Amino acid sequence: MRSAVITFPGSNCDRDLRVAFEAAFDTPCLKVWHAETELPDDLDVIGLPGGFSYGDYLRCGAISARAPIMDAVVKAAEHGVSVIGICNGFQVLTEAGLLPGALIRNAGLKFVCRPEPLQVANADTRFTSGYAQDDDVTFPIAHHDGNYVIDSEGLERLEGEGRIAFRYRQNPNGSMNDIAGIINDAGNVIGMMPHPERAIDPVLGMRDGLALFRSLTA
Amino acid sequence: MIARVTLSLREGVLDPQGSVIARGLQGLGFEGIGDVRQGKWIEVALPGVTSEDEARTQAEDMCQKLLANPVIESWSIDILQDVS
Repeated sequence: MRSAVITFPGSNCDRDLRVAFEAAFDTPCLKVWHAETELPDDLDVIGLPGGFSYGDYLRCGAISARAPIMDAVVKAAEHGVSVIGICNGFQVLTEAGLLPGALIRNAGLKFVCRPEPLQVANADTRFTSGYAQDDDVTFPIAHHDGNYVIDSEGLERLEGEGRIAFRYRQNPNGSMNDIAGIINDAGNVIGMMPHPERAIDPVLGMRDGLALFRSLTA
Repeated sequence: MIARVTLSLREGVLDPQGSVIARGLQGLGFEGIGDVRQGKWIEVALPGVTSEDEARTQAEDMCQKLLANPVIESWSIDILQDVS
């Protein structure tokens, strides 16, 4: 499995995501800087990591979504390469139009940082096949702007098409329908606010995340 | 010319920051406070542009491409003359 993680100015979870990819795939993960314009054409998965790219200036992920590398990311996604956007990466994916909806300020207004119990809402995706349907998993969350919103028609589509991958068991931020993570139409792009890459080893106190990355090798 | 873009959250999008501001006002003794919504403005100087139409067209394009997220924001554009 060939993987790459994009680093934007202010990304801070890029290394953790590379560690997770390497743990799951046992091959080195490529580091890509946001200002590059090309990606290798044999990639299996691209990661957009968490962090505070561009200081969340203008809107979270807004400026990263217009970075030079994003044309290549969008093209790769169109060709079926798996893309996983975590936290700030999820925000970038919505700003880039690769996923619908938007992430706004947490309803409770506080930055929430804690282990979060989630439901695997659809185990039939390339990212969640390592879990059973409705499995309980715990990943850490750490965000201020994780409140997922979408128009009512879009929400119906997501629900009707089984495109909600993870739901919060105890909604920490006001997200519509407790949505924690969604996939695109074609099923090759996932965006999620919780951090599976921080839950890959018992020494971290949480290990449910490794199965997500391993799902991609199935 | 200066393009001044005023951005607001669309109707129906939750604005918890607005709610906190409302509570702050009420706490200070202001009565009869209704909904409070918070937005932002962005001013873009366009020194080379001489026509208001041109300024407006450029500003609209900027909103569509970067300044606004149409999923959650609505916007209006005012063109101001430089006073220099």
